[in-house]
Amino acid sequence: MNRILIVAEHAGGKLNAAVAKCVSCAASMPDAEITIAVLAAGGAAIAQAAAGISGVARVVLVDHPANEPALAAVLAPQVARLAEGYSHVFGPSTTFGKDLMPRIAALLDAAQVSDVMSVESARRFRRLVYAGNAIVTVEAVGDRQIVATVRVASYQAAAAGGSAKVEAVKLDVALPAHTRFISVTAARSDRPDLQTASRVVSGGRALGSAENFALIQRLADRIGAAIGASRAAVDAGYAPNELQVGQTGKIISPELYIAIGISGAIQHLTGIKDARTIVAINKDAEAPIFEIADYGLVGDLFSLIPEIEKNL
Amino acid sequence: MRRVLVGIKRVIDYNVRVRVRPDGSGIVTDGVKMSINPFDEIALEEALRIRERGEADEVVAISLGPDDTQQQLRTALAMGADRAILVRTDLAVEPPVVARVMQKLVERESPIIVILGKQAIDDDCNQVGQMLAALWDRPQATCASKIEIKGQTARVTREVDAGLETIEVDLPAVFTADLRLNEPRYVKLPDIMKAKKKPLDVTDLAAIGVAPTERLKVLRYESPPQRQKGVMVKDAAELVAALRQKGLV
Repeated sequence: MNRILIVAEHAGGKLNAAVAKCVSCAASMPDAEITIAVLAAGGAAIAQAAAGISGVARVVLVDHPANEPALAAVLAPQVARLAEGYSHVFGPSTTFGKDLMPRIAALLDAAQVSDVMSVESARRFRRLVYAGNAIVTVEAVGDRQIVATVRVASYQAAAAGGSAKVEAVKLDVALPAHTRFISVTAARSDRPDLQTASRVVSGGRALGSAENFALIQRLADRIGAAIGASRAAVDAGYAPNELQVGQTGKIISPELYIAIGISGAIQHLTGIKDARTIVAINKDAEAPIFEIADYGLVGDLFSLIPEIEKNL
Repeated sequence: MRRVLVGIKRVIDYNVRVRVRPDGSGIVTDGVKMSINPFDEIALEEALRIRERGEADEVVAISLGPDDTQQQLRTALAMGADRAILVRTDLAVEPPVVARVMQKLVERESPIIVILGKQAIDDDCNQVGQMLAALWDRPQATCASKIEIKGQTARVTREVDAGLETIEVDLPAVFTADLRLNEPRYVKLPDIMKAKKKPLDVTDLAAIGVAPTERLKVLRYESPPQRQKGVMVKDAAELVAALRQKGLV
């Protein structure tokens, strides 16, 4: 029996969509029994949402005022305690999971497999290294617990329709006071979320200014897409950091990805190689993005974007 | 003495096109340019700025790796680190081992801050900083894009999926550097000459007292499937028609 504990990411009372993808990853393991841990401050609704994911056997809910907003230093000792008796501890490969899971792994004296893209067996996993230029197969030695982050772009969300039972748990764990949340400046948006959107329109340095980046927003809104950006566009201040797509930004797998004015550095391509269909628009016919695009269009983006809108 | 430790990893230069060996045993490294992991360079730059603002007195660059890693530590000294420590090993050490070695060095050096890159661009693990913070039982602020030291605390702005998060931590603490924390300085020729005279201690795992335990055995490397090059369309109308036919718009 492989007993897998998945750490739930949530914010504003909502379960993050990445959690159902972690469940898919865990469920691809032989003989899997899946538990979701919800650490929250008043997390009954979040726990119910987690219990509704198909394939989940149990949800443990740890309510504590210190658990929101989430701080890795506060959550890690609690998860390490909950992890007793589990063979695996999984979390999403989001900034939440990347921050938290290695801290848990160290407390458990376990190895961590980062960005699992496929499960070969209970102790054997495949992951991307070198900005996606190589895939490595690793096997956990011995019988220690395994901590992993799940590359969410590699998995479909597990279906709804589950009815796991929710168990409230009190933990007797000393929580540190050395780390304090101050604020988060999230760009509130009614647009689709970049990480889960089925369509994404991304802009690069060729946009030339933050004002011109509005062209990307307009096209994205027209087709109901999320907005992304290349590192160059973010560095230049045309778009905020949370829109960055690539090796060190978000790794996404939309049905449609439209890259506008993005040359296609390897670090950017890493973030989009799982997209179903890639469209590239660039004035440089030699741009590397055209090597991987399903549809390429060479030309001036400032005239092509309005023409695309006209044809929609 | 307010000391800052900086982790430096020797990696294949980010401009090199990485290739898998035909037998799947690893990555082609013969004759390949090696550099400081770019995120570690940012971490070092931040440590230097902290010292230059008078908020720390000494910057120590530390690394684990083969003898040749001295090249990267000399570069770190040329950038402005005061001294360097190489824990020499020819093994491919995993993040838990690196974190343990750093913990030992932390015990010896008693830094107020340890800064590392948020991830190395070879194994893309993103683990060591967080593991060190756990072993040391101190705060962590990962993916930092702004660090302000205020006496015994620091305010750190972090790049997170939602946007920018600010947290306050008590020192000592571990920070990991994201891309936009700063732009590292260029090394000038006189600095390279000066760096040759700076202390670079070489030690090894046995002397530090850490066993290089293998946790994850690497079974094979393979090249990722290549996307097929698609078609070029002549204008916006043809593009939209193609996307419409596939039901994408």
